[in-house]
Amino acid sequence: MELRRWLADRWVMGVALLVLGYLTLPIVVVAGLSFNRPSSRLSYDFDEFTLDNWAHPCATADMCDAVVRSMEIGLIATVVSTVLGTLMAFALVRHGFRGRTAMNGLIFLPMATPELVMGTSLLALFVAAGVPQGFWTIVIAHVMFCVSFVVVTVKARLAGMDRRLEEAAMDLYASEWQTFRRITLPLVLPGIVAAALLAFSLSFDDFIITNFNAGTTVTFPMYVWGAAQRGIPPQVNVIGTAMFGIALLLVGASSLRGRRARRAALAVVATPASTGRP
Amino acid sequence: MTRESPADDLRLADLTKRFGVFTAVDDLSLTVPQGSFFALLGASGCGKTTTLRMIAGLEQPTGGQVLLGDRDITGLRPHKRPVNTVFQSYALFPHLDIHENVAFGLRRRGIRKVGDQVERMLALVQLQGYGRRRPAQLSGGQQQRVALARALINHPQVLLLDEPLGALDLKLRRQMQVELKRIQAEVGITFVHVTHDQEEAMTMADTVAVMNAGRIEQLGAPAEIYEYPATAFVANFLGQSNLLTAEAGGRAGDDVRVTAHGTRFSVPAGRARLVDGPALLGVRPEKLHLADGVDRVPAGHQHVGGVVTDASYVGVSTQYLVRTAWGAELSAFAANSGVAAPLAPGTAVTAHWDPRHAFLLPRAGADERTEGRLGQPPVGALP
Ligand SMILES: Nc1ncnc2c1ncn2[C@@H]1O[C@H](COP(=O)(O)OP(=O)(O)O)[C@@H](O)[C@H]1O
Ligand SMILES: [Mg+2]
Repeated sequence: MELRRWLADRWVMGVALLVLGYLTLPIVVVAGLSFNRPSSRLSYDFDEFTLDNWAHPCATADMCDAVVRSMEIGLIATVVSTVLGTLMAFALVRHGFRGRTAMNGLIFLPMATPELVMGTSLLALFVAAGVPQGFWTIVIAHVMFCVSFVVVTVKARLAGMDRRLEEAAMDLYASEWQTFRRITLPLVLPGIVAAALLAFSLSFDDFIITNFNAGTTVTFPMYVWGAAQRGIPPQVNVIGTAMFGIALLLVGASSLRGRRARRAALAVVATPASTGRP
Repeated sequence: MTRESPADDLRLADLTKRFGVFTAVDDLSLTVPQGSFFALLGASGCGKTTTLRMIAGLEQPTGGQVLLGDRDITGLRPHKRPVNTVFQSYALFPHLDIHENVAFGLRRRGIRKVGDQVERMLALVQLQGYGRRRPAQLSGGQQQRVALARALINHPQVLLLDEPLGALDLKLRRQMQVELKRIQAEVGITFVHVTHDQEEAMTMADTVAVMNAGRIEQLGAPAEIYEYPATAFVANFLGQSNLLTAEAGGRAGDDVRVTAHGTRFSVPAGRARLVDGPALLGVRPEKLHLADGVDRVPAGHQHVGGVVTDASYVGVSTQYLVRTAWGAELSAFAANSGVAAPLAPGTAVTAHWDPRHAFLLPRAGADERTEGRLGQPPVGALP
């Protein structure tokens, strides 16, 4: 009886833990393998513990070149697509113009199109236009599919924003620019940041479209793909684990900041006699 | 922003706003004297918010002018106007703490040292020590006071308040009404207070403008409007009225003769809005008294006979419905002062009133706004 009650109270918790385990298992494996010294190039077993991979992540020179290239492409594609996408989201939410409805639909096209189709059609386009394949064609392709995601993310944030806040700012002597700078931008910023992070991870991760338009340029996903034929160097796991760690750190820092701000605010309230700002 | 000479009345001249074919504000003209507490009273959707938005510059009028003193501010951008607004939904900035919300207007005008002023303003609205909280961490009443402080700190020439107490519960609302009046008296700024609550308008304002369908129906001191309404709409929007369908039949000395359902009445000429033609004879329910026979009616009072059909006891008073011989229902409030015994439904009574408390309104047959009420005085509507 007691046991059944105990189970009834906790089974949801148990399911949640199982799902969490399912989601994190691959990451745990990657993290574990980053400390592995494989006995042979084609071995996927954990043979011997080592810190060498972390001490010399660039022992395989091509790999680090590919990582740096992917980062460069990712950063450029992120900046360009975030700026373009944000402007477009503002246009779509704030300004009525002919064809706005059609535009709202078209935005989803790059998301809905299979990557293979988009990769090949871009290739055909570049070839027809006589543009040599390489770094910049990859950037153009990445900007193209990232923009859609940025527009959708920023648009959602912007549509949820109360226009009266901007009116209140203007009523309180803020010019158009000050209103944008002090009210609109800070309120939409979380959406823009989320969109930028999404764009970067989409770009860094992309293989199919990149593969069609890369020419001789090698990005990190392409390097891993190529290396898989000959045996993946364990440093790939170092890069994977590091990326995951950085992402985790960002999420942790932002939630910590939010919690600290809340606690500080409540602490002041607990002692209403204390006036002024520290 | 800058304090100017006292002749800084707010004037609206033929102000009109159309949304497509719909006219939200229709040729509105009024003057709000500087330093006064002005209430704009009207039902939801009658154009109150639109009027305020045009004064604040958030909406461009289709026609007409907004003037401050002699200055035409119709075309001025909102941030150039010495006018601040307390919004219907408060519109506090969620990403800024209370201190920064209140300091916002000062900072935009380039004032660096804002701490003291903000503290003083928070003290005025009794929110000392709340500066570091975010708006979401305050109750509705506290948010309302932040919105007020955020506007007042700028010492605008005119403060616009758009149903600022609408979201508060009754007790807090009464408390804030007193607070707002105190603050207005203290700072001496012109308040234009929008509300759909007639009691709120009457208790707070020096001047009340009753608005209906984008127009001002009547403007004046609360007692003035209540005692001598100009239209049937006002007579029923501000409190309630018994309105008898009548015909005015010309003057007789200082009185205007009135015939209603075959009975002759009279109204002092000073309380008649017309002398001849279709009319409505009005008496407020608290000024309609019930007697148990014609011989008990005081000298000089006018009367109609009827039967009590309903008596509702509401504590301070009892509200009676009396059906007249021709089928109209009159409402009468009797104070429960312990003098008269309560009347049971079915009792035959004589309803009487002092003609100096009656009023005579024009009855425009084509006037849609009053047509629905013609010949059928309000039935038991509670104040
Ligand atoms: N931007 C707008 N577009 C179209 N109609 C509007 C707009 N703003 C207000 N209205 C209409 O104008 C009328 C008056 O609105 P409002 O001034 O908000 O009324 P109130 O504040 O008195 O309740 C309403 O019928 C409303 O539907
Ligand atoms: Mg309104």
